[in-house]
Order: sequence, then structure tokens, then C-alpha cells
Amino acid sequence: MNDMTPVKATTPKDWETDQEVRWCPGCGDYAILKAVQRTMPEIGGTPENTVFISGIGCSSRFPYYMETYGFHTIHGRAPAVATGVKLANPDLDVWIITGDGDALSIGGNHTMHLLRRNLDCQIMLFNNEIYGLTKGQYSPTSRVGTNSPSTPYGSVDRPATPCAFALGSGARFVARGFDVSKNLPEVLKAAHAHRGAAFIEIFQNCIVYNKDVFEDFAAPKGADGHQLWLRNGEPMLFGSEKSGGTKGIALDNVGLTLKVVDVIDGDWQSAGVIVHDVTNRSLAHMLVEMPFGEFPMALGVLYDDPRPTFNDAVIAQNESASAGKSPDLGKLLAKGQTWTVAEGHPET
Amino acid sequence: MRPAYPPIVFLTLQCAANGIRRKGNKVAIKDGLERMATAFKDEQTSGHTPVQSEAVVVRFAGDSGDGMQLTGGQFTLSSALAGNDFATFPDFPAEIRAPIGTLFGVSAFQINFGSSAIDTAGDQPDVLIAMNPAALKTNVGSLREGGLIIADTGEFNQRNLDKAKYTSNPFEDGSLAKWQVLAFDISALTLEAVKPFGMGNKDALRCKNMWTLGLALWMFDRDRQPIIDWLNAKFAKNQVLADANIAALNAGHAYGETAELAGPLKQYHVDAAPAPAGLYRTVTGAESISYGLVAGAQLAGLKMFFGGYPITPASAILHHLSRLKEYGITTFQAEDEIAAICSAIGASYAGQLGVTSSSGPGIALKGEAMGLAIMTELPLVIVNSQRGGPSTGLPTKTEQSDLYQAVYGRNGDAPMPVIAARSPVDCFDCAVEAVRIAVEYMTPVMLLTDGYIANAAEPWLVPDLEEYKPFPVEFLESVPEDGFKPYARDHKLKRTWVKPGTPGLLHRIGGIEKEVDTGHINYAPANHQAMTDIRSAKVNNVADSIPDQSVEQGAAGAKLAVVGWGSTYGPIKQAVRRKRAEGVDVAHVHIRHIWPMPKNMAELLKSFDKVIVPEMNTGQLKTILRDQFLVDAQPVNKVSGQPFTIAEIEAAIGSAL
Repeated sequence: MNDMTPVKATTPKDWETDQEVRWCPGCGDYAILKAVQRTMPEIGGTPENTVFISGIGCSSRFPYYMETYGFHTIHGRAPAVATGVKLANPDLDVWIITGDGDALSIGGNHTMHLLRRNLDCQIMLFNNEIYGLTKGQYSPTSRVGTNSPSTPYGSVDRPATPCAFALGSGARFVARGFDVSKNLPEVLKAAHAHRGAAFIEIFQNCIVYNKDVFEDFAAPKGADGHQLWLRNGEPMLFGSEKSGGTKGIALDNVGLTLKVVDVIDGDWQSAGVIVHDVTNRSLAHMLVEMPFGEFPMALGVLYDDPRPTFNDAVIAQNESASAGKSPDLGKLLAKGQTWTVAEGHPET
Repeated sequence: MRPAYPPIVFLTLQCAANGIRRKGNKVAIKDGLERMATAFKDEQTSGHTPVQSEAVVVRFAGDSGDGMQLTGGQFTLSSALAGNDFATFPDFPAEIRAPIGTLFGVSAFQINFGSSAIDTAGDQPDVLIAMNPAALKTNVGSLREGGLIIADTGEFNQRNLDKAKYTSNPFEDGSLAKWQVLAFDISALTLEAVKPFGMGNKDALRCKNMWTLGLALWMFDRDRQPIIDWLNAKFAKNQVLADANIAALNAGHAYGETAELAGPLKQYHVDAAPAPAGLYRTVTGAESISYGLVAGAQLAGLKMFFGGYPITPASAILHHLSRLKEYGITTFQAEDEIAAICSAIGASYAGQLGVTSSSGPGIALKGEAMGLAIMTELPLVIVNSQRGGPSTGLPTKTEQSDLYQAVYGRNGDAPMPVIAARSPVDCFDCAVEAVRIAVEYMTPVMLLTDGYIANAAEPWLVPDLEEYKPFPVEFLESVPEDGFKPYARDHKLKRTWVKPGTPGLLHRIGGIEKEVDTGHINYAPANHQAMTDIRSAKVNNVADSIPDQSVEQGAAGAKLAVVGWGSTYGPIKQAVRRKRAEGVDVAHVHIRHIWPMPKNMAELLKSFDKVIVPEMNTGQLKTILRDQFLVDAQPVNKVSGQPFTIAEIEAAIGSAL
């Protein structure tokens, strides 16, 4: 982020700490950690100017494993701590690591306000649809009917949709990926390139408490029929001969909803397939709400349309309000309605 | 300290309640004035020379929309410019605009000003200015017997009497017999005064408070010009409003002059109070804390980050600091109390001085984050402007009931230094001290004030900043010879502070137990024992850097010590002074450093035969003193939302001996 610092080439190894990684064997977090460590050299990051800030939960152990500055804070509060860090030192490249419980339950308020303010940082929400560290209770993203220690008869409340929450909160960058996806570094790079709050939902497999809940679309088998990888300026196509034919996403002009259409002989234009425009907010709203099953899972950069950042605005105002004024506290104290008691006045 | 009033004269002006009607009925006004003048003439009075008084307590009371706080504030300024010492007590409802005329909508401002040292806002007013029946009803009980009531009869109509739950007119039923009463139609007189400006009735009547202020300025022999200057500045964009208010002010003043033959309405002169030479200004606790924080940050050589969330009575600190950006201050109005403290912790981690501020309920929300600051050993100042509790409690009333919360109120063994300011002026030095401890020991520090201190104003000899010793922070910037360990410590047990962005010193911190020296995660039993002991010892070491506990009045070994903290300073000081003048062997000890306490505290407390602890809570410092020093400290408690009176402390001293 600091344009003035000459970039020293790093390797993924430079971003690994000497700390023993303590996630369960087979946890999706390992793959995400590797993806991040692979991405950092590619974006020209420097470890000393990078800070990983997390809340509480399995995902929030992440900073201990990154050879950068790091702050493992308290449950739900990473966005608030990150706001102070970034405002106090805007040259730092700030990454927030959080989970579905941390970001959307106990810390939902902070997530909303960080996005609304548009603090320049990356927010990686590891969504495993479960509370892992507290041993398996259902989370705000768990599907209705989830059996867990706290919901032995199945959960009854409807889950939140993280990307819809982010967009509704005013996010200017919304993306999706999943732990073992080879495309994850590409999504992270796009998030980092976005100046402002970049929200990335990463589906993450909790092999102990919520195993394979994302297999429907994440499994390699049939993946191309279940995953819609969005690329700016390209038609929204998915599927192949293997998965039952090439399909596309088009607009139902009557119902003003999205629909799946068949693409014959590659002629997506006549099928009315939409060309992805990352700056189209209305389209983004439809993509984040697109129900999986009837539709493929929308992945990649769903929305990317930068606006001025909170930290830039705060610093600009600090500077303009300070312009031409000197920080002379003595003068300030002596300002306004004052009076002088002369020498020789009798003291008590 | 009692003002030398002339013999009490009781006078009721019959013109008051029903003699004058509003709406500019000239005849009625004229008639009323004549009858009043006649009444005045019946009294033999002292004439034109102002009566000399040592000290006077005046309370302005009215509806919350009557502008009483503004009136009181300007009267305070005028007292300051007259060279009086003073103390004020703004007492206003939590409702912003309570229904007009109701008992719970009354807003009051009390000022005690005098020609000698003033330490409290005064036990009992000598003069009560009541702008409506509700204001009279809620305030007259505290008026000194024989004191003067000035009331606006224009508001004493049946409707307002009903709202104030008066079954009969107090000016007619003899219920005010033990006071002097000067009741006349201030509303009508104001309407008459501002008539040339063609304002609507409602707007015109809003000038009533300036009319009343004009009268008060006359009563106490004050210059009107500073108030006129202030009105011109305040209404610079609306000259009509400025002119109307000035006209009302002048009319009130002129009224005093022309009616000066009156019995109860006479002019008093309070000489300037003796004071050390120098430049003075008035300051409230909230201003003083803000400036002290700025001074502290400058002495530490740090930029300041202030994370706050609006809450009464702490918001004023956020407001003040928001205007001081040129001092390297970033203010952040967070989404909640938790975000306010967490953002401040983040800023401290990034190398600035993190500060947050709140009142009881907000401090409770910040509790977990305070633990994080303790665990990560980052400097942080937490200001608690206490108010009545528990829960939402009494937002605009004062109390000292967060002492347990400050000292003990966190999960785990979470020691944290606590200091308490005794007065608005003392807030400055306490804020500097809080910053010093925070950065010299890498710890959060709680600074306690209360609603009384935050809102009250007093004269302040503007400090010479050169006299404050800097305590510059040194960040670690390169790997030490013996290697870098984020939790390596100096002789005081302070850990190193590294700014993210520094090459070669990458490290991770967090709320999980740290390994000694390295700061890595470590759950081992022996390590947790060691770290708990270190955190406790570090905070105890703060006692090495603070002065011995002094005795304000009297000496060690006295028969009785009155031990206080915070805003009880004024009434304790005056009560002990009076008792000592009577020959009573009593001492006053006032504690600034609540945790850890000065090292001589045990010896000092044990030297007294008896110890009493007046507090605006149910006995919290008392408990700490008993626990820490095994002394038989006896509580003297008051939790009415009002400060102690001097008389109450005097009585407590009397019954303790």
C-alpha cells in the first residue's frame, strides 16, 4: 500500500511464521492460508507494512501464522480495532480475518459500519456456517434445520447472506470464493487492488462440525455446471457438454429477475446472456441473492466500484482543519474570556 | 462565608399573580408597576449604596426551554470578570424538551461566588430566580430561610399552577412566609422591552432569560458590556435577535436601577477574591480534561486518537477534542462504546495515544476491551464521567458509584491504574498524569470524574506548560543485541512498544495468554502464573512514580481523618476548615491515585484515631481502604444525585467524634 517503499520481491515462504499451525487436519483454513501466502508476493506486499487483524474463532487464529504485524483481538471487534490502526497509520495494508459468527453475529454492527464508512482494507470472512471453536453450535449463516448442540431439533431461524449483508451495508467491493479454489488468489488480488473496504466471503469447509456443506457446488465433479465465475466484461456463462450443456445467466425482462438460459453453439448473444459489469450495483444485488440450486453459485468479483475512503476523508479533514493553525496549547488555554489578577494582590 | 444580609423583610407584591396580564396590556403593566412601587415605598431601605457581601449563592431555575443554563453560564462569566472566586452547579433534566411547565422539566443553574476561596456551589441559595411555578416548587425548599425569591408572575397562571401541582397560588396562601418574595411580571416587562423589534410573542418571550440576567447583573453590580459583546457575537447572523436580547438585558438592568428603593431588591457588591497573580479563565471539567489530554499527548510526543460514542455527561470531551485537530488529534465517533475503545486500542497498537471516554453504562460495555489492552499491554486512557446508576440510572445527575467498576470491574485478574480528579481545574493535571502512567507503564489507565465536575465551572489560573516535565515515548526501532522479544521488559516491567511498519520487528499480539518475553501463545500453568504476577507487579510499580499521599488540612495523627476522592473535595475542605476553626482535631485526606495508592497510605491512615469516608455511593472507597489497609474506615454516604453540602459533612464529623 505504501507506494514510496521500494518493493523487495518476497516469496510465499517469507510470509510464513515459525508458529505451529493449530487448525484441525483437513480444515479449509489451511488452503486459505496457503492462498494468502501465495498472493502476498504477487501483489508486491511488504511484511512490515502489512497487518492482519482478527476477532475470535477458528479463522481468527490466522494472524499468528502470517509473518507480518498481527493483532488477534476480541470477539467481533476486529473491524473496530482495524479502524483505529488504519486511521493512526494509513500506510499500513490492513487485512481483517473473520468468520460467520464473528462478523455477522457478535460483530455484525462493526462489520456494517466499517463497510458503510469504506475503510481501506480487505475483509476476509471465512464462512463455514457453524461455530467451530465453541464445538459446533449453529451460526447466523447456518441453513434452516441445522442440527447442532444448541439446536438438537434443528435450527428454525433463517440464515443471513453475507454478500447481501455487505452490499446492503454499502460495500463497494463484494467477492466470493471458496477455500480450495484455484481462483482464490485472483479474487484476493482484485480485493487488494480495490481502494476501500473489500469484502470477500470465502466458503470454508469445517470438516469436524459441518463437513462438506458446500460440496454441492465446490466438489470438483460437476463443478463447471455449479459454479458461475464472474469476470468483468465477459458473458455470464457456466457448464459444458459434460455437465449437460453450456448455459448462461440472462434477465427475465417481465419479472425483472435473473434466469438460466441454454446457450446453443456458443451463441450467448442471441440467448440474451448478460455481460458482467462489476460497477453495476443493481446487477450485484441480483447476483448476491441468486439462490443456489436453481442457479449456479456466483463466484469471483460480484461488485467493484470504488468510492472515496473513510481514512482519506478523515485525514483530508484533519489537514484542512489544521491548515494555518499552530498547535500552541499555551495560546489555546489563554484564549477567549480571560482576566488578569495583578501582582501584589493579597493572596489567601 | 455567609453573606451579611440586612434584617429580613417580608414583602408580597399583590400585583403579581392576577394584577398583570400578558399580551402587552400597557395599562395593566403600568398599574402593576405603580402598585409595586407603592409597596416598595412602604419599606425603609438602605438606599443607593450596594451592600457588601463576602459570598452569595444564586440559583436560576426555569423550564428546560427557558435558557437557564445559558443565563447561568453568562452570569458565571460575569462573576469571573468581576474577579470573584466561584463554583457552579448546573442541574438539568435528562429530557431535552420536557413538556413545558412540568415539575420534571425544571432546569437549574446554581453559582456560589465570593471574595474569598469558594470550593462548592453552596449549600443553600441566598437568591432563587424562579421563572415558573414548577421552578419555584422544586427549588424553593433549598432556599436559605430569609432568602430572596424573584419570580415571574406572568407564568403563574392557573394552567401552570396546575402543572406544578399547586392547589393555591403560593404568593397568596402564605406558604412562602419564611422567605422574601419579589414577584412581578417579567414576561410582560420583557414583551414591552422587545416590542420595537416586531417579534412574535413566542420569540419575544424567549428574551426573558436575558431580562432576568440584566436584573441579576444589576443586583450584583456587574458590567453588562461583556454580555452584550457575547450576544452580538452569538447572533451575528441575526441582528434583530441580538438587538432584542440586548434590549431585554438592558431593560432588566434598568428595572433594578429604577426600582432600587425596593426592600428585598437591593444591590450587592462582592469584592474580587484574593488570588495569585496571573492570567485566569473559567474552565469546566470537560474542557479541562480535553486540554489535559492534549497536553499529555504533547508531553509524550505522540499524536492522539480519541474514539468516543455520545453519552451524557461525557460527550463534551468528544465535542471539545473534535475542534482541536491541529494538535495532531483524530477524533472518531464510533458506532458504539465497544468500537470506541477498540478503535483507540487499534490506534495505540499503531503508535498513537489511544483515548476513549464514556460514563458508567458505556464503561461497562468497554470492559472486555479493557482486558484486551491489559493483556496486550498497550497504553490507553479511559475517561469515566460518572453519573447516577445502575443501568441508565440518572444520566444528568452526579454520583461516584463506578469506583468498584474502575478498580475491579473486568473479567480475570485485570489490574489497571485508576486516578480521580477532584475539581474542574484538577482534571487538567489528572489527565496529564493518566497519559504519563499509560505510556510509562504500557497500560490502560482509568481517569474518574463525574457529572458535577464535568459540567461545573471554576476560575483557572492558566498553567505554564513549561513547568510540566515531558515524558517522551521511545519506540523500539531496531533489533536489540540480545534479540527482539515483544514482551521483554524494563526495570519497571514496561514492555517494548513497536510501531507496525518497522522492519525487522514483526510480531503478533492478542488477548490469549502470552508467553513470558516472546509474547507467543502459551497456556502452560507456570507461564500463566508468571504473567498474572507480572501484570499485577507492573501496575503496583506505578506507586514508585507517584508522590506520597498529602494531608490537605490538619496532620497525621489527628483524632479524625475525613478521607475523600473526586468531587467531594469542595464540601469536605470547607467542612473540615470550619470544624478546625472550632478547635476540632480533624484532618482532610483527598486521594487522587486510587489504584495503586501512594506508598505511605497505610502508615498515614493508621495514624488517625478514626477515619470517615464521605462518598456519593454506598461505600466503595471505604471497602477498598478496609481491604487494602485493614483500617476501620466508616462510610458517610449520599446517593441523591446531588453533591454533598458542607453542613452534611460537618454533621458527619460531629457525629464521628
